[in-house]
Amino acid sequence: MPREAWIRLAVIVAAVAALELLCRGGAIRHTAIIPPSEMAQALWRILRAGTFNADIVTTFRDIALAAAISIGLGFALGVGIHAWPDLRLGLEPMLASYYAVPTFILYPVFIILFGVGSGAITAVAVMLAIVAMITATLNGLDRIPSALRRTARVMRMGPLSTALRISLPAALPYLFTGMKLSVAYAVIGVIASEFILSGSGIGYSIAYAYNNFDNQTMYGLMLLVILAVVVINTGLHMVDRRLNARRGR
Amino acid sequence: MSVTPLPKPQRRPPAGEPMSQTEELHVVLKGITRVFGGRKRETQIHALGPLDLELRRGEFFSVVGPSGCGKSTLLDVVAGLAPPTTGQASFEGRAVTGVPDGIGVVFQEDASFPWLTVRDNVAFGLRRAGVDAAEIARRVDYAIGFMGLREFAGALPPQLSGGMRQRVCIARTLVLQPRLILLDEPFGALDQQTRLLMGDELLRLWRETNATVLLITHSLDEAAMLADRVGVMSARPGVFIDFVETGWPRDRDSRVIATPEFGAINARLWEKLRVESLKHMGVH
Repeated sequence: MPREAWIRLAVIVAAVAALELLCRGGAIRHTAIIPPSEMAQALWRILRAGTFNADIVTTFRDIALAAAISIGLGFALGVGIHAWPDLRLGLEPMLASYYAVPTFILYPVFIILFGVGSGAITAVAVMLAIVAMITATLNGLDRIPSALRRTARVMRMGPLSTALRISLPAALPYLFTGMKLSVAYAVIGVIASEFILSGSGIGYSIAYAYNNFDNQTMYGLMLLVILAVVVINTGLHMVDRRLNARRGR
Repeated sequence: MSVTPLPKPQRRPPAGEPMSQTEELHVVLKGITRVFGGRKRETQIHALGPLDLELRRGEFFSVVGPSGCGKSTLLDVVAGLAPPTTGQASFEGRAVTGVPDGIGVVFQEDASFPWLTVRDNVAFGLRRAGVDAAEIARRVDYAIGFMGLREFAGALPPQLSGGMRQRVCIARTLVLQPRLILLDEPFGALDQQTRLLMGDELLRLWRETNATVLLITHSLDEAAMLADRVGVMSARPGVFIDFVETGWPRDRDSRVIATPEFGAINARLWEKLRVESLKHMGVH
């Protein structure tokens, strides 16, 4: 492992150890935060008992769906907007300031449209994640060198062929950045929405445990979310590295 | 070299038509202009023409001119990448509407595909054309060998130098056996020595393929050294103000730069071009 990885690991271990000491030593109240070792034990119990299995499945299913829709639809919209420069000029300020608006405030609308549950949650998460993909798509398409497009024309390639065989691979590193962001926003969107919009899912279970002063369950599930996010992002990062390595970057 | 050469391209008349006088003229431009901008006269930019040009089949023709005179626009019109505002462009006796079959273009900027290996880059056009795998392998192998890329066949373009990447682009064009090769300042981003050597490669390529070559360059040396005939363009809107026959033998290479004839050609080119360049810079 390279040095940076060792340092990173050391920082994480040091932070967790510090929290453990502070909790065990009484500097942090047990009712506020439980020691990391207890969080791990609680998570282990939860997984073994399988009490929350249905919720876990619901949450990750919604995350996957929201991410897939955001990426697919975001890409399609990005391509469409890119092809219509006037529309792009009109939309650009709105796209640029989109993330200044707290999208969650729209949740009542989605409850009316989809009812309380996965539909509304997925919709909010998509609303949050889609613009990251649209922006990344626009950026990626911008970055395609014009020499590549002209080469496609000289080879007498049609628009679809050019899009699939030249534009897509050329823009892929930038598109992938958008995909990573979309996944991150999908996770945030789903879990945060479950606090307020749902009767199931990990976010709901955390909120339920909180309301019932069940620290063990609450922190166990929070740890689960953190671990899941780390695994997902590490996986995406590894794919990203390989993509860039292929480009010699 | 023990490598099997590419088959020489066959000359075929268009179906149903006899070989006429105009067949010997590979490319014909008549009264070509290209005007950019809207309908209003004030906002229009008269980029090119009106100009006429005739290229003989198998000729190596070079265009020199001051910056902004419309050289690249001329290439776009010949290649069918842009329609002329007025006038007619024809290739092999047929009017140019869109990019015709049998044309290859090499641009100044690197147009290699960074996500494909050198081999896959070169094979790209052939795979699209549905040529069978064995033939593709044979042609790609030959082109890679011809352009000195054998060592780098599995490498990715970002791992190569600028000169190597341009060779990849040239190999990719060569492998499609174009009958007309257009080059828009292909060596502009390279250093002087590499340019001279690439010039020799280009001449080899020209002799090997028997293609007609149109080379656009801002370098008088390059035009004088490489071409059978050099067209000097005026400042914008570009029209041809002189055609200079170099008279070089077919088997020439970069060593012609040592001859007195080279100096004379250069002097004649600059005599015309100097005035036009000063116009472009706004000095009269």
